[in-house]
Amino acid sequence: MSTTIAQTSLTAAAEKYEPVIGLEVHVQLNTATKIFCGCSTRFGAPANSQTCPVCLGLPGALPVLNREAVVKAVRASLALNCQINERSVFARKNYFYPDLPKGYQISQYDKPIAEHGWLEVDAKNGGTHKIGITRLHMEEDAGKNMHEGFADSHQFSYVDLNRAGVPLVEIVSEPDMRSPEEAYEYLTRLKEIMLYLGVSDCNMEEGSLRCDANVSVRLRGAEKFGTKAEIKNLNSFRYLQRALEYEIERQIGVLESGGRVVQETRLFNVSEGKTFPMRSKEQAHDYRYFPEPDLAPLIVSSAWRDELAATLPELPRQKRNRLMNEYGLTAYDADVLTVSQELADYFEAAAKGSKNPKAVANWIMGDLTAHMKATNTTLADTKVRPNQIAELAALIDEGAISGKMAKDVFAKMAESGEPPRSLVASMGLQQVSDPAALEKIIDEIMAANPKQLEQYRGGKTPLFAFFVGQVMKATKGQANPALVNDLLKAKLG
Amino acid sequence: MKITAETVQNIANLANLELSAEEIGAMQQDLSAILDYVEQLNQLQIADLPAMEHVLGAAVAAAAGQQPGSNEAAISEVTTRPDEPHPWFSQKEALANAPLSGAGHFKVPRIIDKG
Repeated sequence: MSTTIAQTSLTAAAEKYEPVIGLEVHVQLNTATKIFCGCSTRFGAPANSQTCPVCLGLPGALPVLNREAVVKAVRASLALNCQINERSVFARKNYFYPDLPKGYQISQYDKPIAEHGWLEVDAKNGGTHKIGITRLHMEEDAGKNMHEGFADSHQFSYVDLNRAGVPLVEIVSEPDMRSPEEAYEYLTRLKEIMLYLGVSDCNMEEGSLRCDANVSVRLRGAEKFGTKAEIKNLNSFRYLQRALEYEIERQIGVLESGGRVVQETRLFNVSEGKTFPMRSKEQAHDYRYFPEPDLAPLIVSSAWRDELAATLPELPRQKRNRLMNEYGLTAYDADVLTVSQELADYFEAAAKGSKNPKAVANWIMGDLTAHMKATNTTLADTKVRPNQIAELAALIDEGAISGKMAKDVFAKMAESGEPPRSLVASMGLQQVSDPAALEKIIDEIMAANPKQLEQYRGGKTPLFAFFVGQVMKATKGQANPALVNDLLKAKLG
Repeated sequence: MKITAETVQNIANLANLELSAEEIGAMQQDLSAILDYVEQLNQLQIADLPAMEHVLGAAVAAAAGQQPGSNEAAISEVTTRPDEPHPWFSQKEALANAPLSGAGHFKVPRIIDKG
């Protein structure tokens, strides 16, 4: 069987099935201290130097809940349209692993801090799609095991407990996603919201954002879900999409060849681009949860909840819609400009003082972004101030400089931070828009080039460009191109 | 309620315990007796009482002469702490009682088999 035939039949099979995807996302809260003790959460400290009796699980040590972790969890819940449970309960999740010194993880089980939320994503066919959020609960992170990189790594694993006890929220979605792209979109929007809230840095390399996926496939139109597999170890957006694509194809292959999908936990192997089942001993699912006796139930009163709700910033989707309405931006432009709050604020600062917000958006998304990339700078340290972008756009609209000149002005402005109006003057770039001055130049050129003039009038119209070029040369490129066109047409006859 | 030897063995595995055949028998007896006792509690009429995950709320409420649960908001104020760092162990102190350590880490028998 040739590969083409195999691929064709696979595509045909893929059309028959619909993927069903739910995500479990762990978000590390960016508090200064751990969730149940006063140890620092700073990333990158020497191993085990940010530990104490509580997070090392020493006998007799007692956890005390970090109030700021609750504040951040509640704000995240509210931004995800969840209902806050006034009373939530911490529970012990019991299992043995060397990164878990107590032999249990303090988490929340049947009474999480928040439930019944949703997050809106862009649907493929335009419009939006609400992805349900089952629950959001608080828990502590485990430590970090290292299996490679030491002389005796063949014999020992190394454990760093600095991360043990760092606060997390786990956000569990409903099985509402229908394609790997939609899962990618959901995770993107979720991350964006967390960044806007400032509750997490969402740094995937440092593990502040981690994702597991539940995937199954079913015949299109079927109501019942197929048997799902849980995929772990999806620590980048790209891996999430690739792992889902692979897993969906694998499950369809199993079903098409008459087999059955087994419910199991699978690991995504990055180098092979495939998922593999985890060995059974690594998946003891009997966690024997019970209420954590060392912690009182957590009460978030309606007054406290309302107080925190009042601190929510404008969220990405609201901001996007507002920018489209207020400044007439396209959906694409609004999307690009709301990628971060800083960028959106920058745009608004520039657009507020401008008659041409669209031009301002283009300068920011074009030259400014390119400049920051090229010089490896950020909005915080770029010399170009928002009002200067607005001024530059105005200079073009006023006809003072051409778009091409503006590019040169921008380059100088990015370098020196000088305002564009004074740069135009000091660079001698003032566009010549005075008809009388241009007419005089045109007369001179016509007089100096009688042969070309005769040919042009004899029907050799492409020579028009020659005259434009002469005017530009005479004005060092500073003549207003539109005006030159008009005047030349009238004069050459 | 009779606890089977298999149940005891399963619980022992989950708890990382090794039990001899005699110990398993004794555990069957003890665990069955505990469940029998709890079974008696099921006869009590407690439908009207709120679930109590923790004694603290009930104790404070009782001391104040209130219904259990009525004073919990105040309790959450005092059972949480501000987000202020309090450095405790140095790396050396953290590892002081570890059976095995090296390069600033706890060392444990290799968790993942190679290949």
